[in-house]
Parts: sequence; structure tokens; C-alpha cells
Amino acid sequence: MPGVLRQGHLSVWVALAVLILFGVLRYDNFASAYNLSSFLGYNSMFVVISVGMCLVIMTGGIDLSVGTVAALASVVAAMLSPQGLIVALPGGVAAGLLAGALNAGMIAGLRLPPFMATLATMLAAKGAALSLSDNRTVPVDWASDFTALGMNKVANLLPWTILVALVVVVFAWVVVQRTSLGRTVLAIGGNAEAAHLMGLKTRRAEVFVYLFSGACAGLAGVFLASGYGAGQPLEGAGWELAAIAAVVVGGTLLTGGMGSVPATVAGALLFGLVFNLLNFENGRGTFSLSADWQSVIRGLFLLIVILLQARLGRPALKS
Amino acid sequence: MTRLDPRLAGLLVALAALLVLNVAITPNFLNMQTLAVNASQVATIAIVAVGMTLVIASGGIDLSVGSVMAVAGALAPMIFLSGWAVANPGLGLVASIVLPLLAAAACGLFNGVLIAHLGVQPIIATLIFFISGRGIAQVLTNGQLQTFTNPDFTWLGTGRILGLPVQGWIALAVTVVIALVVRRTIYGRYLLSVGGNERASVLAGAPVARVKIATYVIAATLAGLAGLIVVAQNSASDAARIGQLMELDAIAAAVVGGAALSGGRAPILGTLLGAIFIQLMGYTLIANGISDEMTLIVTAAIIAVAVWLQRGRRV
Amino acid sequence: MTEPLLQMTGITKAFGGVPALAEGNLSILAGEVHSVVGQNGAGKSTLIKILTGVYRRDGGTVRWQGREVDLRSPREAQAAGIATIYQELTLVPQRTVIENIVLGYEPKTRFGMIDWKAAEARTRAVLDRFGIDIDPHRPLGSFPTAIQQLVAIGRAASMEAKLLIMDEPTSSLDEREVGVLFGVIRALKAQGTSVLYISHFLDEIFDVCDGVTTLRDGRTVGSARVAELTKLDLIALMLGRSAEDIRRAGMTELAGSARAAGGETVLAAEGLTTGRRLRHLDLTLRAGEIVGLAGLLGSGRTEAARALFGMDRPTGGALRMGGKAVSLSNPRAAIAAGLAFLTEDRKTEGIIPDLSVRENLTLALLPRLSRMGVVDEARERRIVEGFIKAIGIKAAHMDQPIRELSGGNQQKVLLGRWLAIEPKLLILDEPTRGVDVGAKREIQAIIRQRVEQGCAVLLISSEFEELIEGAHDIVVMQDGRTTTRLSNPGVTEDQLIHAMAAGGAA
Repeated sequence: MPGVLRQGHLSVWVALAVLILFGVLRYDNFASAYNLSSFLGYNSMFVVISVGMCLVIMTGGIDLSVGTVAALASVVAAMLSPQGLIVALPGGVAAGLLAGALNAGMIAGLRLPPFMATLATMLAAKGAALSLSDNRTVPVDWASDFTALGMNKVANLLPWTILVALVVVVFAWVVVQRTSLGRTVLAIGGNAEAAHLMGLKTRRAEVFVYLFSGACAGLAGVFLASGYGAGQPLEGAGWELAAIAAVVVGGTLLTGGMGSVPATVAGALLFGLVFNLLNFENGRGTFSLSADWQSVIRGLFLLIVILLQARLGRPALKS
Repeated sequence: MTRLDPRLAGLLVALAALLVLNVAITPNFLNMQTLAVNASQVATIAIVAVGMTLVIASGGIDLSVGSVMAVAGALAPMIFLSGWAVANPGLGLVASIVLPLLAAAACGLFNGVLIAHLGVQPIIATLIFFISGRGIAQVLTNGQLQTFTNPDFTWLGTGRILGLPVQGWIALAVTVVIALVVRRTIYGRYLLSVGGNERASVLAGAPVARVKIATYVIAATLAGLAGLIVVAQNSASDAARIGQLMELDAIAAAVVGGAALSGGRAPILGTLLGAIFIQLMGYTLIANGISDEMTLIVTAAIIAVAVWLQRGRRV
Repeated sequence: MTEPLLQMTGITKAFGGVPALAEGNLSILAGEVHSVVGQNGAGKSTLIKILTGVYRRDGGTVRWQGREVDLRSPREAQAAGIATIYQELTLVPQRTVIENIVLGYEPKTRFGMIDWKAAEARTRAVLDRFGIDIDPHRPLGSFPTAIQQLVAIGRAASMEAKLLIMDEPTSSLDEREVGVLFGVIRALKAQGTSVLYISHFLDEIFDVCDGVTTLRDGRTVGSARVAELTKLDLIALMLGRSAEDIRRAGMTELAGSARAAGGETVLAAEGLTTGRRLRHLDLTLRAGEIVGLAGLLGSGRTEAARALFGMDRPTGGALRMGGKAVSLSNPRAAIAAGLAFLTEDRKTEGIIPDLSVRENLTLALLPRLSRMGVVDEARERRIVEGFIKAIGIKAAHMDQPIRELSGGNQQKVLLGRWLAIEPKLLILDEPTRGVDVGAKREIQAIIRQRVEQGCAVLLISSEFEELIEGAHDIVVMQDGRTTTRLSNPGVTEDQLIHAMAAGGAA
């Protein structure tokens, strides 16, 4: 089943292309190496958590805990940073996996609704992050190689984080497209009871998506600590909703059973790009929109996407 | 109530146990001050949570309540600090309460229309205002903190009646009125039927779209009311902070109170008790020297347990 | 003879203390097509769900291929060679046909990745066998229900199971498709595969089955060769009555309703059209008269009802009430005009599971029960009390959640929902489907009583007896058009089948 550009996902790629073209034509430094690398560096965090969220949503679930789990992982990674990247990176991801395991246990084990289970984990992770960090930002050890991940760039252009993110994206894509596990993920979202009666290993797939989402959130937390030099227990508020928005913009329905990993990446980048373009527009100085406007415009953008989907998407399936 | 829901009974028992525990271990628990502090803290959550319960009963969810609080909270001081309101203090006060509530209701109307007429999933539709509502409030106030002294208005958040804070009475009144609405009115019946089986409700002649829109309008209006109370309480309006994370507190209270996310149940009284339970649990921990962070973790556990107790009814 | 393929003995199962199966026995030979029959609640589906690993039994033994087994999940049952096609479509509508065929059994490449080419080849082979020509890359949900049903059957058949269980496989198939299905069943049988065939349509059992096991009240009460039975024997066994009793009483309770002479026209459709599925509906419904609507599946019967009830917007033709043209834009408007529609699908279009019997029963009546938006509960209780008595709803009390009631009692509550608004026209779509024989007769009696009081009824039914004995006139539909109107008394089953099948001639 080929089809990065399958119908229905096409619009998100077109929108991405149009916005990039707009930026290149309108702003001088838009296509500069500096802008590209800082844009990719910042958004690699959102790409990673959005991909994790995408798989969860494909099963018809949701993971509200990714934001605070990322914050927790950033604290853990920052605390481990004196041991170097080789310890801090797995440490941060492990913190994410732990939260993912908690979600998986509640959802696949105790059969709690994902919305509520991950809401509980969201609060618990925030509590854990605050108590580990003693309610302060945790500075990383600048002497170790920990910050290399977040701050160094390949060929002075591509941040390492976006390359790591790319690996995660490809992994998720292959799993979804080419493995029974991935197809089970989609089948659960389509019709959970049917998937069970068809003899699919549904529990295993559910456990997998929440672990994966947790690991992705953990990785994003490591990116955060490494790229900005501190573990930040209060960061990550609203990230879960940004990730959900990216998945939706990428054309994945929240009811599950459908979706595309690449289109989700495009959705995440699209959201970041709106911000980036606004900054440039402010920089030109013709008119100035305060930072407060940015969220208004993001909301408006989401509204437009949703209205388009409501128009285009509905006749796709007969009930 | 013709029959006492066993889940409500369980919550009452848990609440009673918590009270007894507090009487035993928390110093100075049994005085008016403790009651007033807790009541004023829980009131806004309870008010929003009652609206949230209606939304959840319809099979939806409303993430925008915190942002709607910010919008209403930002508008009120702008109105009563305006020249016109200073010249007409009586009318100005009324306007500074009614207009923000209307604005909040308009937000709810927007949510409701997206959901009922365009078929957008509630979580996504209300995500729009979650993201942009607070931005709108900040744009309205230029991102500035508005402080004021207006004793008439701040009475909403600081006044006392019979020793209890005004907002506590408001929360109580809201609970009773909405509980009666759910139980006695045709809207309440349709709400439960739409949340329980939407298709069947359409075929039985229920005005599904109208019921849903009304539900989001009520929830948003109640959120607006809570926003006004927060502003009155602080004698200041900070659009960036009013109602932050309120959607989660409200959902938690509703679920602990016995609402099921699958819809079709609206235990309004349970929601009030759920809000009180979460509040009192937090108070117990903090009054006994346990940190804020642990409170979050305990709240998480309460939510998980509450949901676990409901499991098995329907997935 | 050698040991049977499957031997279930003395199976017991209770849910929350209530026994669903007291003594279930079932024996199926290799290469046999076998059926299990019984009223609703007799324990059929429990027995089958134990066999397929969905439920765990409380007691009894299951021998499979000569060995005692314990199948703990659908996956284990499938691994043992038992494949199942459930009554509700249990496939994934959002996914493609290919995925739905191969899910769980995907062909793999050397690297453990799914081999989509091989998957497509397997799918095409399955589709060819059923003579279905569709694009397997499209989502399953974009095809008609009948195709989806055949895909489900194809999936199960492709697993090369030793026993294939089909639960009401024909519920959404038309005559031709049923023919295809029976062909496949006979081919499977010739290969030595056993089939457990479950159906409410007794005719099908006589068509395709070799053996039949009868369940009543959770017990196996008989097992026989189909060739040695008559239909009446089977019904008698299911009901626990003698065949002679039933013959005397007639097969249905609709029989013998006196026709009100020249009742006035309640509703008339003239050339009503809503699209491809309903192209031309001519229908006149008079007070005190039952009009039966007959036709094969897909002939537009349900679409006709939907159009009359304002669920689909007409694109042509006219609807008249009392001589005046009316337009009913939604069910709400139709109800206000005095129409009622008991739909075919009780679960998704009927009950509100968590609401009580009382609240379910008065749902359509609510606007008339309330003043200034407040429901008059005292009056509501009186009305519900009356209906519970009048139509014999068996519930602990009127505040019991409707989901706790049996299917037949749920259907009575829904019938009560519509009778309560005192409709001028009652549209009934398969009112007795999936309801046990006892409740069925009671429901038919209630309908007859209403007709005698002057209500007009449009009765959609797949059961010839119900139509022939119950309806004053039978209107036959084909390809979305009304073609023939047969008048009782005197309509025979042959005539009706002829009119429904006259196909190409029209």
C-alpha cells in the first residue's frame, strides 16, 4: 500500500508547500540556514510526540499525558546529564516508557477509558516532575556531551534532534504499513470488538502504542533538556493538545481506524510553520501582532482545517 | 431521588470517612474558617464541573471552559472600568455581569454549532477555543493584568452570607437548579437520551441538535460565571491565568462524581460531591504537611480509582 | 460411525446467577451442515460463544476431533480450526477489503514484513470464489452490507477451518447472494468441512442443513436429521407444544383481523422518490387496514419507510395526508403529523440502554407530557403503568433500565413508545424479527387490536406467513418500485413469491 500522497492526506502536503512557498517569496531570511535549523530543532520535539500520538489515536485512544511526561523526562535527563548523553538519553526515554507502561496497564489491563487514564498519568507525571526537581528548573551539566544532541548540527544545517526524530518517524511508518502489529493497531481503532473476535492480539497492540507514545514523549523531553540546557518541570503544558491538533490536521480521524504517519508529521510542521511565519511577519514591521495573537491565529487555523475536513471528509464512509 | 445510586452512596461514605479522618488528625479542622476556605476554593470548580457533567452526559467533552473563563474574566473589568459604567455604576455593574455571560454563551453556541451541525468531534471542536480563547482574552486586555477596586463586584468573590462565601452559595444554587433541570424537564430527558443513543433519539423525535447546542451554551455560561467569580475574588484579572487547567479539574470532578464519558448519565449531585471530595483530599494533604506535588499524584490516583469503579458498565 | 468432529456435552453457563444454559448438548459430524434452533433466550448464542472461546463454560465437556479441549479465546478457537462469522458484522469498515481478509493471518516476507502482493492475490482468490467483482483496495465500509457480509464469509472460508460457524449469515443478503452462499456451503461440505448454520429462517435450514439440534430454556431438547422432520415438527419442538395445537391456531396472531369497511385514507404516496434505492413508491394507507410491504432485500422496503417518516428527503413524487400535500422533513415533523416508525434495528435505532422502561416508553410522547418544558411525572407514571399492563411488558418495575430486559420485552416497550402517541399510521419494519415465538404472538395481537381501533399499519416483513395472514393488502416492491398490489383473502405464498421474483418481466 504505497501512498504518502494518498487522497485525503494530499491537502496537508499542499498546504505545507503553499506556506513554504509563501515564506520563501515574502521573507528574505526565511530560507536561510539559520531559520531552517532553528525551525527544525524546535519542532523535532513536536514531530516526535505527534507521531506517538498518531499511533495512539489510530487505536481510537488518546494520550493526554505526553506534555507532562516530556517535562518529567527533561528533568530526569538533566539530572543524569553529568553521566553524559549515553546515560541521560536512555534515562529520559525510560522515564517516558515508565509513564507509558502506567497508561498501558490502566488501559489494556484495567480497561479504563484512555481519556481518563492518561489524564491521571498527566497529573501524576507533573507531580513526579515537580517533586524530583524540587519545583525548580534543573540545569544540565554543560561539561558533558549531553547538550550535543540538542545543539549540534550536521553540516551546520540539520540538528541532530530532527535526524533522531526522522528515525522515529520511519520506524512508526514501517510498523504501521508493513507489520501485523501496525495493522492490528488500525483494526482496533476501526472496530475493537471485531479485532478481538478476528483473533488479533489486541492487548499487545494497545500496550505497544502507549509504550511507544510514552517513549516518544520521553525522547521529546530529552530534546528539550538538551536543546535548552535545563530540565523544565513546568514545560509541556498544552503539548498534548498541540500533538492532537497536528494529528487532526494530518487527516487522522479521532475515532481511530485510519490515519497516516507522514501526514501527521506534515501536520506538526504545518502548525510550527504558522508560528514561524508570524514571527517573520512581525519582523517585517509593516504591522505588529503581539504574541497573544499567535494562539488566536493557531485556533483559527485549526478551525479552517476542521471545517474543510467536515466538508470533504464526511461522505467518505457509509455508515 | 427515588433510588440512591450506589456509586453516589459510595462517594458519600468516602467523603464522610475523609471528614472523620480530618477531625481526628487535622488541627483546627472544625471551624468556620476552614469551611469558608474550602468552600471558596471548590466553588468555581463545582460550577464549571456541573456544566461539564451536562456536556459529558450528552456524550461530549468541553476543553474550552478554562479559556471561556478567561474571556468572561477579562471582559468584566473592562466594562465596569469604562467611562460609561463609572458614570452609571448600577447599570455598569449589571452590564459587567450580564455581558461577559453573554459572551461566554456565544462561545458555547460556537462550540455547539460546530458539534451539532457540522458533526465535528467535541474534543476537536472545543480544542479551537481552548487554543484561541485565552489568546482572545489576552488580546482584549493587551496581555496586561487589570487590577481594580469595586466592592460591589468583588462581593461575588469575597462576600459572605451566613458565614459562607457567596460563591459557595452560588455553586450550591447552580447544582440544585441544574439537578432539577436534568430530572424534571424535557431538556434533561432528551439530554440523557441523546447521550445514551443518539440515533434512536432522532427517530423518537428528539431535537438532537438543539439539545446539544443548549448543553454547550449552558456549560460555557457556567464557565463564564466561574470566570467572573475568580476575577472578583482576586480584585484583578489576569487573562493568562484565569481558569488554567480548569477543564481537567472539572472533568475529574464529574468523573469522580459518577459521570461516564460514554454519555447518558448526568449525576449532578455526584459532581458537586466529587468536586468537594477532590478539594478536601487536597486540603487534607496540604494541612498535614504533605507537598503540593504529592497532592497531584494522589488526585491522579483518585481519578484512576473512580474510573476503575465504573468500569465494566460499558466500555 | 466414527467419533463426531465436535461433541459438546452437558454444558452449563450462568450470568450473574441466572442460568443461560442448563444442559447444552451439541454434536456435529465431519462434513456435515448442522443447525441449532431455538427461541430467543433458549441459549443458542451462549452455546456458540462457549464453542468459539468468547465465554468460558461453567461445566460440561467439549470434545474436538476426539480430544477434550478448553478453548479460552477466539484466537485459540481459530487456531484449533473453528472459524466464526458473527451476526453483527465483525469486520473493520475503515480498512480495505484486503486487510479485512488477511488480518491476523498476513502473508509475510522473509523479513517479517507484510507481503501486500501475496495478500492481494489471496483476496482476489476469495472474491473470485464468491463471484464478487470489486476493488479490494477500497475501504470495506464503502461497499453495501451484503458485500461486507460476503467478505466476512470469505475471510472465514479462507482460513481452511474444520468447522465454520455462521450466525444468521443471510440477514442482509438477497436471494441471489443467498444462492451463492449456499453454493459455497455445499462446496465446503464436499471438501469435508463442517458448517454450523444458525438462522431464524427455518426454510433455509431445510434447504441447506443435514442435522438440527433444538434448544429450549437452556436445554438441548432434541437432535435430528432434517430429512426426517417437517417445519411444523421443528416449531413444535422449539415451542414445546404439539404440532397439532399450532396447526389449529394458525401460524401467526395477525390472522383474522376484520377489515374495517372503507376506512378513510391516512397517508398516500404518489410516485415518491428519494434516490437510487427508492425510485417510485405508490402506496395508499387507510384507517383500520394493514398493508403489507413485501420484496426481496434491497427492493426498497426499508427506504420506503424511511421516506414516509421524513428520514430521507424526497427528490420527486408527492405525499398526501387527508388530501393535502405534505412534506415531512424529519422524524420530528412526521411524529407531529401522527406517524410512528418501529425500526428494524432495536439496538442501534430503538432503545436508550441506560434509561428506564418508563423513560424509554414515553420518549416520543414527551412534548405532550410537558408543560413549559417540565415533564408531568405523575401523568407519565399513570400512562406507563397502563401500557405495562396492556401489552404485558415483563419488567421488575418501570424504573428498571431497559437494557436489563429480554429482547422481546424491549421490543414491546418500543412498540409502547409508538402506541403511546396514538399514531394515525404505524410503520412496522420487521416488528417480530429476533423476538422469540411467544413474544412474537403477543406483539402481533397488540398490532391487530390497534388496527381494529382504526389505526393504519404499514407492515414490512420478510416472513410470508406474517404478511399473508396479517395484511389486508400486500404491496410488492422490486428495484425501488412498487409493482403489484395483492388483496387478501386469497393470497397464496406462491403468488407472493411469484410477484416478488417476477424481476426481469417488469
